[in-house]
Amino acid sequence: MSFVKSREAILLAAIVLLLGLIATRFPAFITPHNLASVYSDTTPLMILALGQMVVILTRCIDLSVAANLALTGMVCAMINVAAPDLPVGLTILIALTMGAALGAINGLLVWKLAIPPIVVTLGTMTIFRGVIFLLSDGQWINAHEMSANFTGFPRQVILGVTVMGWIGLAVALLMALLMARTALGRSFFAVGGNPHAAVYTGLNVGRAQFLAFVISGALAGLAGYLWIARYAVAYVDIAGGFELEVVAACVIGGISIAGGVGSVLGTVLGAMFLGIVKNALPVVDISPFWQLAISGAAILIAVTFNARSGRSKGRVILKSAEHAQ
Amino acid sequence: MSLAETTSAPEARARGPVPDRLRAPWEAKLKSWESLLLVVAIGIFILNSFASPYFLNAWNLSDATFNFTEKAMIAFAMALLIIAGEIDLSVASIIALASTAMGLVMEAGFGTPAIVATGLATGLICGAFNGVLVTRLGLPSIVVTIGTMSLFRGISYIVLGDGAFRGYPSDFAFFGQGYAFWVISVELVIFAVLAVIYGVVLHKTNFGRAVYAIGNNATGALFSGIRVARVKMILFLLTGLMSGVAAVCLTSRLGSTRPSIASGMELEVVTMVVLGGVNILGGSGSIPGVVIAAFVMGLVTFGLGLLNVPGIVMSIFIGLLLIGVIALPRLWAKLRGKA
Amino acid sequence: MRDAGRRVTAARSYPPQIKTGPIMGTGQGPVAAQGAVLALDRIIKTFPGVTALDQVQLELHAGEVTSLIGENGAGKSTVVKILTGIYQPDGGQILLDGQPVSFPTAQAASGAGVTAIHQETVLFEELTVAENIFIGHAPRTRFGLIDTAEMRRRAGQILSSIGAEIDPGVKLKDLGIASRHLVAIGRALSVEARVVIMDEPTAALSQKEIEELYELVETLKAQGKAILFISHKFDEIFRISDRYTVFRDGQFVGAGRIDEISESDLVKMMVGRSVDQIFPKREAQVGEEVLKVVGYSHPTEFEDINFTLRRGEILGFYGLVGAGRSEFMQSLIGITKPSKGAVKLEDHVTIIRSPAEAIEAGIVYVPEDRGKQGAILDLPIFQNVTLPSLGETSNRGFIRMAEEFALTRQYTERLDLRAASLDTTVGSLSGGNQQKVVIAKWLATRPKVIILDEPTKGIDIGSKAAVHEFMSELAAEGLSVIMVSSEIPEILGMSDRVIVMREGRIAAELEGEDLTPETLVRHAAGIGVKGEAA
Repeated sequence: MSFVKSREAILLAAIVLLLGLIATRFPAFITPHNLASVYSDTTPLMILALGQMVVILTRCIDLSVAANLALTGMVCAMINVAAPDLPVGLTILIALTMGAALGAINGLLVWKLAIPPIVVTLGTMTIFRGVIFLLSDGQWINAHEMSANFTGFPRQVILGVTVMGWIGLAVALLMALLMARTALGRSFFAVGGNPHAAVYTGLNVGRAQFLAFVISGALAGLAGYLWIARYAVAYVDIAGGFELEVVAACVIGGISIAGGVGSVLGTVLGAMFLGIVKNALPVVDISPFWQLAISGAAILIAVTFNARSGRSKGRVILKSAEHAQ
Repeated sequence: MSLAETTSAPEARARGPVPDRLRAPWEAKLKSWESLLLVVAIGIFILNSFASPYFLNAWNLSDATFNFTEKAMIAFAMALLIIAGEIDLSVASIIALASTAMGLVMEAGFGTPAIVATGLATGLICGAFNGVLVTRLGLPSIVVTIGTMSLFRGISYIVLGDGAFRGYPSDFAFFGQGYAFWVISVELVIFAVLAVIYGVVLHKTNFGRAVYAIGNNATGALFSGIRVARVKMILFLLTGLMSGVAAVCLTSRLGSTRPSIASGMELEVVTMVVLGGVNILGGSGSIPGVVIAAFVMGLVTFGLGLLNVPGIVMSIFIGLLLIGVIALPRLWAKLRGKA
Repeated sequence: MRDAGRRVTAARSYPPQIKTGPIMGTGQGPVAAQGAVLALDRIIKTFPGVTALDQVQLELHAGEVTSLIGENGAGKSTVVKILTGIYQPDGGQILLDGQPVSFPTAQAASGAGVTAIHQETVLFEELTVAENIFIGHAPRTRFGLIDTAEMRRRAGQILSSIGAEIDPGVKLKDLGIASRHLVAIGRALSVEARVVIMDEPTAALSQKEIEELYELVETLKAQGKAILFISHKFDEIFRISDRYTVFRDGQFVGAGRIDEISESDLVKMMVGRSVDQIFPKREAQVGEEVLKVVGYSHPTEFEDINFTLRRGEILGFYGLVGAGRSEFMQSLIGITKPSKGAVKLEDHVTIIRSPAEAIEAGIVYVPEDRGKQGAILDLPIFQNVTLPSLGETSNRGFIRMAEEFALTRQYTERLDLRAASLDTTVGSLSGGNQQKVVIAKWLATRPKVIILDEPTKGIDIGSKAAVHEFMSELAAEGLSVIMVSSEIPEILGMSDRVIVMREGRIAAELEGEDLTPETLVRHAAGIGVKGEAA
């Protein structure tokens, strides 16, 4: 299949068209400087969507990512308040580890107890939020309480793009490498695409799902630090409802909820599409309150489109019909 | 060649006529999830009455029922939907949209009957929208309703922004603030009537039987002549309608509409259904179970409230309950299997 | 692989057959265990209610093709699953080079050099051809990453070695069925295989592709690999096999060299017992025409199906698996839409768009797949039986349980159902009793036409006989029966008339003297019929 006919290409065309439309009303939107800032702004969504992609590939769903982000972010902020001189690298390591641990809770419940992922992650979503309240006592941690290098790091600009943007790019490249060139990455596609056959080839379906949740959790944790540092504030409701936007990015990016189908590029483009819409609304004089409805409509259109194009062909018995196809 | 009938234990004892039942129906009921839940409910009730002197007061208890009546109305329809193997995560957003529509009608100067009709109709339309996408286009209900969850609430935000509708007519307060007699609220009466209706429909009618059959094996049900798509469509309509009823009650009780109304309620509804013993994968569950689960959740929330535990911390309990209810029996079975 | 050369020579010199084990079945005993690369020794495998394999034996020799022959349900696929580590045997042993081994996982089997070409369902749509071939053992770079270039190069080599012109970089979903099969073969050859199992490899291939497959088999033989070949087509069995082994009803019947047995003897071994002894002989009281099907066609599954069915008749539908019989029957009850054609039921042209309408019209279907389509396993027996007849047992939509039990009792007693009680779940019953519940469910709708799709597949002998007897009774009472079956004795023993389907079309309609095992097999497999009633 050539790239031109692939759904990534269609999505890319849609994005270019969208940018073109916006440019007719507000040309400044497509200046490199503005596009770079739109990209940076979309980075957390992209990082979360890449984690969600892996989970959905294995026929699961992770609705706890936004709560994981908020909890890990809060913990990072509290650590920063307690130890302002801690190197940022260490903070990021803590965020990744803690996010992965929270993801592992989801993964273990799905793998070892075979509880449906939607139930597990709906539950952990509320539990994580509640725990933030318990930790913070409902208090906000504001910019002046955080150290300068904690909040400053993701906002530093290198070659016109923020460090956050570069981190997002690194994550995307690493995920592309993982998905394309490692046995684990390929097994996600295999396990979700045909679990029955995966057993025949000796792959462990539950273990792959567990690892998918760990990856999703680790990326949510990373996004947690970036989010808190970027906006320089931490509180219970941070990124509330963001999990829906993440799922929307995946669905728009062509990840099939039935598992086994999707790509890193598609996910990145799906996130970018939503990010551009979100940033363009105020520019073209549409109330930002439209955003929720637009991402809802986008999910529905994308999932309908996916189902149409992905409808499986039945078994062909007639020889004449086989050649006609 | 006698590898025939002696293989499976229950069949070995059977020669001659097969009895209708081995255990009396009451015996099965005694050992059910519902009975266990009832014991838990009574336990929490007793615990609460010791924990707080304010608990055993008719008016306080009546207040406590508002914690679950609106959610339970939706939970009845949701129970049927989940038993049939589907799910609707958009119910709270349907409430938001229905409430917004009611607000628009109210602003236009219509009276209470038109407002109520608008709420119910909006619920039905939203349910129909979900139902068509799932049954006609064959899309997975979880994704469809995650999409409509954003879409429906998103429309409320478009209409209201950060504003609100206030000033509902005074007779509209009847649904959410009125009392049928003494401490029995109108909402509690609606809850009870709906509980009976859904109980009868699920457990005593052909429709209810079809719901179980579809949830256990949709293909088998189709081959048995059940009109699977039609039954599922009706269930989505019912879930939408119940969300509309809940929207009327909630809007009436709050006396205002904001786009954030009922946010996160879908989670509590699903938790109530699962706590009530409905299998999240479909095929089994009962309305009495959901009724008791509603009381359990109401009592827990109310009890914690009396102890001044903040709402967000209560949600930890709800989340733990949701996972624990499913995890513990499985963990138990796993440990017993290894022993 | 160090002594592959010796094996090839041994195979070509045709050592004399040494009979050791007890003489079984038609007289061919198992050949000597010496020299067998892989052997099954008295393997037992049971499932709840059924013994799938009862002390079977099988030997595979280096550089030789052994065909495993048997009807559906004879235990062939169970053997494949045991050899590839999917199932564990309950008794007996697997011998590799004469040494007992076990294959606890799929990897253990392929590690020992036993590899199988499964059907195309064991491949992954979203992975590339090369990845499908190398999943689980892809070549790595120094950094532990998959070496895509090397993997594609090696996949290309393997594919061209079997004459397949497939780009290893394309995704599997972009390939046709025949190419997918070549990928499956490539996958089997990607490991250092000593034993290659081919499970109906030619089922989906065109004649040209089949020829290429034969060449491939020759290549593999020359490389000293032992090949287990499973096929229903007698022409190819005789063309490429060196040895044969026959199973029947999960038991070993016989084995020997293919050039020492005739086609008709092989059919006899496969079909076994005399038909008359087992099946209830009955006088056919065939009445007037009940059902007439004209020109029924479907875009991909069947074409131009014409036949009539009369009152009290049992019409058999024979064919190989995948001949389109079930697909046609399901279209008849409204599961799938036909593209053309009409149905006349008792002089009325009837349009059936759903199973509900089929039930109303009086056509019911007992599906082959009991667990998925036939029964609702987790519901109790009485609820299964009344499911299509809820209108009968209810009052204005309200269930009347006493009537449900009464209706259930009425039909399950006739079928001699064995169960602890009528409110136990169907899933807890044996296969035979499950099938009785499903049949009872459909009879309770009082149909005019009942279609039974493989009615005795996977059920025990006792229940089989009960089902057969009951079918005769039903026909005698004036019900019209269509029976889809791949079991020749069943077809011969039960049917008044038989329609043979091949590749989605009616290949022949047989009755009376024309109805013999040989004619059935020939028409189904598409081997030209030699003379009349061979």
